[in-house]
Amino acid sequence: MANYYQPQFECASHEEIRAIQSEKLVKQVKHVYENVKYYRDLMDEKGVTPDDIKSIDDLHKLPFLSKADLRDAYPYGLLATDLKNCVRIHSTSGTTGRRVVAFYTQNDIDLWEDCCARAIVAAGGTKEDVCQVAYGYGLFTGGSGLHGGSHKVGSLTLPMSSGNTERQIQFMRDLHATIICCTPSYAAYIGETLKEMGISPDEIDLKAGIFGAEPWTEAMRRDIEKSLGIKAYDIYGLTETSGPGVAFECEAQTGMHINEDHFFAEIIDPETGEVLPEGEKGELVFTSLDKEAFPLLRYRTRDICILSREKCPCGRTLVKMCKPMGRSDDMLIIRGVNVFPSQIETVLLNEGYSPNYLIEVDRDRNTDTLDVSVELTPEQFSDTVKEISAKEKALAAAIKTMLGINPKVHLVAPKTITRSEGKAVRVIDKRKLHD
Amino acid sequence: MSVRQISVFIENKKGKLAEASKYLAEHNVNLRALSIADTSEFGILRIICDDMELAQSVLNEGGYVTTVTDVLAVKIYDKPGSLAEILQVLSEANIVIEYTYAFLSSKPDSAYIILRVDDNQRAAAALASAGIKTANQDELF
Repeated sequence: MANYYQPQFECASHEEIRAIQSEKLVKQVKHVYENVKYYRDLMDEKGVTPDDIKSIDDLHKLPFLSKADLRDAYPYGLLATDLKNCVRIHSTSGTTGRRVVAFYTQNDIDLWEDCCARAIVAAGGTKEDVCQVAYGYGLFTGGSGLHGGSHKVGSLTLPMSSGNTERQIQFMRDLHATIICCTPSYAAYIGETLKEMGISPDEIDLKAGIFGAEPWTEAMRRDIEKSLGIKAYDIYGLTETSGPGVAFECEAQTGMHINEDHFFAEIIDPETGEVLPEGEKGELVFTSLDKEAFPLLRYRTRDICILSREKCPCGRTLVKMCKPMGRSDDMLIIRGVNVFPSQIETVLLNEGYSPNYLIEVDRDRNTDTLDVSVELTPEQFSDTVKEISAKEKALAAAIKTMLGINPKVHLVAPKTITRSEGKAVRVIDKRKLHD
Repeated sequence: MSVRQISVFIENKKGKLAEASKYLAEHNVNLRALSIADTSEFGILRIICDDMELAQSVLNEGGYVTTVTDVLAVKIYDKPGSLAEILQVLSEANIVIEYTYAFLSSKPDSAYIILRVDDNQRAAAALASAGIKTANQDELF
């Protein structure tokens, strides 16, 4: 039995949603044109005025924004309201360059928390639930977003932040947490720690988990569901648009519903910028339809994705996006082949290896090298070198089948690959050092 | 008749073997025999000790990957030709030897050779019919 937080939007007809989007977009373009010089210049350069935008169908006329624009405009260049109207900032981790700082008015925060509340309700959350928020709090949007969403739902909120895993487990057990929100790698780590402590999934009360902020695979989902005894829901978002809750998964677990009454999604050809029809794979672009302080129009996420309007059994009519199939900026090009780390992870899990791996790319005499280190499990260990070498070769062959290039596989001792309690570092591209 | 051997995965890095042996020493595990198979990246430490259950559980607790294998132990006398005789018997019986190592017994003038073969039962039978006895775990101590 599906539950909705805001059924009037989540289950609205396509025509109703288009009407909402059109009305909001016309208003938003005016707001941005009047208040954001940086974007006004881009529009002027393209010869577009707010009068040209009469409905959502005119969106394609507007210029794109990219991460580079955000860097250029740092920190206030894309702010669309007086700072005195803003109540908070959040910021990206800055792992791919200069930080992005996003501003929020109180209304922006409210709408964002509504989006997170939709995600929690879709995962079965009610006011009866105890929601453990184990995303980092602070500049990172994960903690605050789910925290606010949990308040809106009326769940008892445990503002744990990330880290201190034993304390997480103690609160989880003593206060009977039923929902956990964190990064998938941290969820896997908690599952592993429970196992080490000899606590079975039956001894905890968790029923659902909402995991996002980093790429993860279906195989990893199954592992987490098993180790925590829960149903695991994906959530998507980015600081540039608000934070988690831009899109969320329902019980069908076949993609994430985009909160398209707030965020309009397009798929474009990353090379030409041309808008692609529904069902085609391309770069995901978002337009914030009603944000006041930091309203990005046609922001290129670099996430490669497919959108679908197929009827969802949950009853929501919101368009669905697939799990990002990689980011165009963490996509590796190895010997001319496009490689997404998630592809390698899929092979590892399919072959029965642990999801703790490290990909190292380097260049030796003008040829790219790919090294994959993965932690050995007792099941794979043998007393003869011959058998272990055969396992390494078999795994290398499976990766070669998936990617078309030959990796060197290294089986390493357990717990030797660094685990983070935040974002997992799984790729080291040493070639960048020589650029 | 076979004996149990613990194998431990050790990364081929400075200090890793010392770390594992220190761990065993701290838990009062007394080693009877050991050998190491090494590659450029990792080694397999194989040990036979007085308390196999204890050794395996402390190693697992310490985060080491281990496995237990049944291997053959054959007592040989300290004189030229003893090893050749055993290997000849196994060769004639078409037994494949994965690896072998030896250690001195606490009793004078004798040693044991450990054999990891493809088929323990067939190997033991071939040795028995040549009048060579395989040892059990207790005999080694």
